Amino acid sequence: MIGIIDYKAGNGPSVLNALNKVNAEAMLVSDPEMMLKMDALILPGVGSAQATMTSLEDLNCIEALGEFVFVLKRPFLGICVGLQVLFENSEEGNAKCLGFLKGNVRKFPADKVRVPQMGWNKARFLVDNPILIGLNEEEYFYFVNSYYVVPQDDSIILSTTDYAGEFCSMICLNNIFAAQFHIEKSGEAGLTMLRNFVGMAGKSFGKEQR
Amino acid sequence: MITKRLIACFDVVDGRVTKAKNFQDNIDVEDAVTIATRLYEQQIDEIIFYDIKASAEKRRIDLNTVKRVGEEVFVPFTVGGGIRNIVDMYDVLKAGAEKISIDSMAVRNPNIITDGSLAFGSQCIVLSMQVKNVGKSEKIPSGYEVAIDGARVFTGMDAIEWAIRGEALGAGEICVNSIDGDGTMAGYDLDITGRIAKAVNIPVIASGGAGKVSHLFDLFLQTEASAAIISSMLYSPRIDKNYLVSEIKEELLLNGIPMHPIRN
Repeated sequence: MIGIIDYKAGNGPSVLNALNKVNAEAMLVSDPEMMLKMDALILPGVGSAQATMTSLEDLNCIEALGEFVFVLKRPFLGICVGLQVLFENSEEGNAKCLGFLKGNVRKFPADKVRVPQMGWNKARFLVDNPILIGLNEEEYFYFVNSYYVVPQDDSIILSTTDYAGEFCSMICLNNIFAAQFHIEKSGEAGLTMLRNFVGMAGKSFGKEQR
Repeated sequence: MITKRLIACFDVVDGRVTKAKNFQDNIDVEDAVTIATRLYEQQIDEIIFYDIKASAEKRRIDLNTVKRVGEEVFVPFTVGGGIRNIVDMYDVLKAGAEKISIDSMAVRNPNIITDGSLAFGSQCIVLSMQVKNVGKSEKIPSGYEVAIDGARVFTGMDAIEWAIRGEALGAGEICVNSIDGDGTMAGYDLDITGRIAKAVNIPVIASGGAGKVSHLFDLFLQTEASAAIISSMLYSPRIDKNYLVSEIKEELLLNGIPMHPIRN
């Protein structure tokens, strides 16, 4: 079972629709105990990093997310703000984020480009990864973001995209996957990626450390 | 590089798509879910759905149709019509839409823009405006006045001033609907669309008047619009030729307009 973390400002229902389309068994979850029972978790996101962090705190699930990712080591997928909050902090309202990954979140230069970036842009994949099966080296995805992540460790960058210069549009570290673009709203390329993620559910990324 | 977006727009009444000319004389076209699914399969970039009677009939938006479209369409999906407050917005987003379009209600209560953007993020809030060329005057320095309620009521507001104010209030996108251009297939109003796109730093969507690919070419070459609404070209029975999304995109790409190419 794939769990989609459901919080007030999130677009969990859209992600659920997309998972239903690829015939995944999926449900919305908001209870931390339930999250820990899932074979894989998706953290969708729209809106601000601060609002998302507040929602996660309200659900009392931050500890459970850490356990899911680092102790159970099950597949985890962050989308849009769900990518940004994995890092240490965001320029957006100086929000303190989850800190699962080292690095920060910065704003696009509004004097150079329209902010937010909104529309289809190209992700260039830098390395092979099981989540990319069936995708071309470059694919268009739908982006809506004013902020982008700057990982401290370049080796976790899976793809880059050009908007006022190259920025990191997808990362992977072991069982942690996350994309700046809206996988659930990126047509067939997005559905292919989701299908690949669903295929990882239940697979081991190392021994569970209980 | 970010690409220009083609947005299919549907005026929906009781779950059916209708097509108007100059905001009047709507004729029935097809079931909304069927046509949205077909255009998704043709790789349209985005879909907008207006429940055009919800506001006038003072009822809530048709959430059932929103939900059914959301189950079949995996590109961004904007919904508008009859949205009065953030509870209504929440319901539409939970039904599977990404963005909310507000138009007449934003004129009546501009705070709804701010409330929506604070609750769901500004990327969620599309300020849609109906504009008409009325000639320049002291009150309307741009020469374009904002109308509401299906272009029936004129507000005395200047289009460019309203766009700038909308951005400041928290809108994430502005959709400029030309009342003169609506359904005419004679081309977008490049003048006001271009001036609004210059005046704000958020994406601007042009709407009203597209009848052939050269109109899109003109729009993207002559203005800084980020997206274009097309509807007649795709499905209007009033037009000789309905285009496939691929035909439009290929011609634009050949002319150097950055588009999300058709994925085989």
